[in-house]
Amino acid sequence: MPKFDYAPAPESRSIVDLRASYGLFIDGEFTDGGGTPFKTVNPADEEVLAEVAEADEADVDRAVRAARRAYEKVWGPMPGRERAKYLFRIARILAERSREFAVLETLDNGKPIKESRDVDVPLVSQWFFYHAGWADKLEYAGLGPNPRPLGVAAQVIPWNFPLLMLAWKVAPALAAGNTVVLKPAETTPLTALLFADVCRQAELPPGVVNIVTGAGETGRLVVSHPDVDKVAFTGSTPVGREIARTVAGTDKRLTLELGGKAANIVFDDAPLDQAIEGIVRGIFFNQGHVCCAGSRLLVQESIAQEVLDRLKARMATLRLGDPLDKNTDIGAINSAEQLARIRDLAATGDAEGAERWSAPCPLPDRGYWYAPTIFTGVTQAHRIAREEIFGPVLSVLTFRTPSEAIEKANNTPYGLSAGVWTEKGSRILAMANRLRAGVVWANTFNQFDPASPFGGYKESGYGREGGRHGLASYLEGTR
Amino acid sequence: MSDRLDVRKTYKLFIGGAFPRSESGRTYEVTSSRGAFLANAAKASRKDARDAVVAARKAFGGWSTRTPYNRGQILYRVAEVLEGRRDQLVAEVRAAEGVTEKRAHGLVDAAVDTWVWYAGWSDKLAQVTGNANQVNGPFFNLSTPEPTGVVAVAAPQASSLLGLVEVLAPVLVGGNTAVVVSSYARPLPSITLAEILATSDVPGGVVNVLTGDIAEVGSWLAGHLDVDALDLTGVEDPDLARELEAEAAINLKRIVRPGTPTAPDLARITPFLETKTVWHPIGV
Repeated sequence: MPKFDYAPAPESRSIVDLRASYGLFIDGEFTDGGGTPFKTVNPADEEVLAEVAEADEADVDRAVRAARRAYEKVWGPMPGRERAKYLFRIARILAERSREFAVLETLDNGKPIKESRDVDVPLVSQWFFYHAGWADKLEYAGLGPNPRPLGVAAQVIPWNFPLLMLAWKVAPALAAGNTVVLKPAETTPLTALLFADVCRQAELPPGVVNIVTGAGETGRLVVSHPDVDKVAFTGSTPVGREIARTVAGTDKRLTLELGGKAANIVFDDAPLDQAIEGIVRGIFFNQGHVCCAGSRLLVQESIAQEVLDRLKARMATLRLGDPLDKNTDIGAINSAEQLARIRDLAATGDAEGAERWSAPCPLPDRGYWYAPTIFTGVTQAHRIAREEIFGPVLSVLTFRTPSEAIEKANNTPYGLSAGVWTEKGSRILAMANRLRAGVVWANTFNQFDPASPFGGYKESGYGREGGRHGLASYLEGTR
Repeated sequence: MSDRLDVRKTYKLFIGGAFPRSESGRTYEVTSSRGAFLANAAKASRKDARDAVVAARKAFGGWSTRTPYNRGQILYRVAEVLEGRRDQLVAEVRAAEGVTEKRAHGLVDAAVDTWVWYAGWSDKLAQVTGNANQVNGPFFNLSTPEPTGVVAVAAPQASSLLGLVEVLAPVLVGGNTAVVVSSYARPLPSITLAEILATSDVPGGVVNVLTGDIAEVGSWLAGHLDVDALDLTGVEDPDLARELEAEAAINLKRIVRPGTPTAPDLARITPFLETKTVWHPIGV
């Protein structure tokens, strides 16, 4: 496969007006935080982008009280058609400012501008647009004639899709009539804070959306606050477990989107060109920082060698480097901590006897980088086949029969997603039926849409986001 | 009553389609609401609970992949057999709950009717809880419900038969298998129900009934890694409910909290359903 040399084509960062420091967004205003401010860096070059306030207990309490007030006085009583119009406004403003958000997301997260520009931010706007339409149609959501919002929603989101996860949480909550206190991840708070400016432009009433920044301790304060009615979390399974324990015995409703170790199953009759692209999209999209990443390739033994040869050839053409460059395929690992975790887990692959191959791409000197990597000769007992790696590392296993593929695919405590590649329709449906996963991509992978429910089986969490099912996570039925 | 001495039944557990005594050899005395001796019920142990989970897991594959029509027929058959044993159940419910004969008849009738109501849901769940999703691109995209897996159920303490049916039938109709801990003080109707299940085409292991103390058995089930969901309806002590919910977080079990209404409702079925969404490109 030829690899063409392109001249650098960096997106200008001048569209983003970064402030030196950011406060908390509570009750419609930016305020100081009581905790210790922290720095957020550009993972591509380790440059400090801004200093961000840390919310302490009093700040979180202030945010919850503002959300409660807004819920009781303004947002809860407001007719759905009016809420809808606010959400449509937000969707439009996000689209208008999409380039600014894309550049800022890439700066703070390290993902290629190609992805933030063409995937993340368009989906964010679409997410608000889709849910805006629900706000005045809740009685048609299948939950009875007069479904009620839950109240104040505490939402804690991860760093892999910072703004998109905000949209997944905030849009359905607001459409259903709830108000929110949102905590973005400590390494990627900037697009959430810029979203506060969208709320200002949309003239969203104060207190409907509150954003408190900080790390794990702030997250704990948010989800354990006694005056919160709903907790929604996206992140790791261990933290999800801790949150489930925290809300035990309360009346809080809980939805969790946790880890995954998805199998991407390729049969010998698969459309191989598409399958290779799907494998690459499945594990290297967003540097593999995707909970539903296809991190286990299950390939039918008879075509394993051919698939591996073609996969390596394709991986050799991936462009790793400056995330702001429009030709970049693989951006930076989000943080030094995550890079260390990826390195540690990959090292167990070497130690346990799997064979490593990495794409021959030079890594920049500064910043956090990891070359796209595959391990072959992986067994189900290897840690790299069992644990979520959350990085650009693919474990390759083989199978002979459909039953063996199912057995291996389901042999995990996770159950978020799975992929199937075959030209045989009846086999697709049989596999889809037997895979214990919340999302099954057949002859495609890593597709997302606000109308499509997303969420896991087993230890990948519970509840759905997106579609009618996702909306139901923010409503109390009256039937 | 004639002078004939009656032959009493030994009430045992119901695990994997069989009626074993507790492996532990433990029993406890069950009395009527007026304090008269009724029977020695088996007091389920940790090993019994684990055996029941193994049986439920083993039965899950077959039960969950039957056609919904077939599952509906089997559950309707349960109602038929229940109907035929109304008199026995009326007597047991009267003894257990101390209600009038008329009231006991009403409770048993409601149990049969509740079973019929849930049986009819089996082949409508996908239509009512599923969706075709209009995504922004050329994709087929369909969301359908699937059973969660093995569900551990704490049955209500007061309502010995109707309460049990109200929590058990909704678990089964979606294709899950169940391990039920019945009312501690009023366990006898649950074993008679087990006899009905054993003789009405429900495959062994789909329902497993443990008599015993939820304060003891609950923790073994809540912490079990092969249990996928936990219904705490019958846990009356809030501290115990909180402990069990917290313990269940070990593998992110789906939880139904105490106080959740038990009247027949779709909302009783959906906590034990997972939504699976399948995508496929559209093209020629």
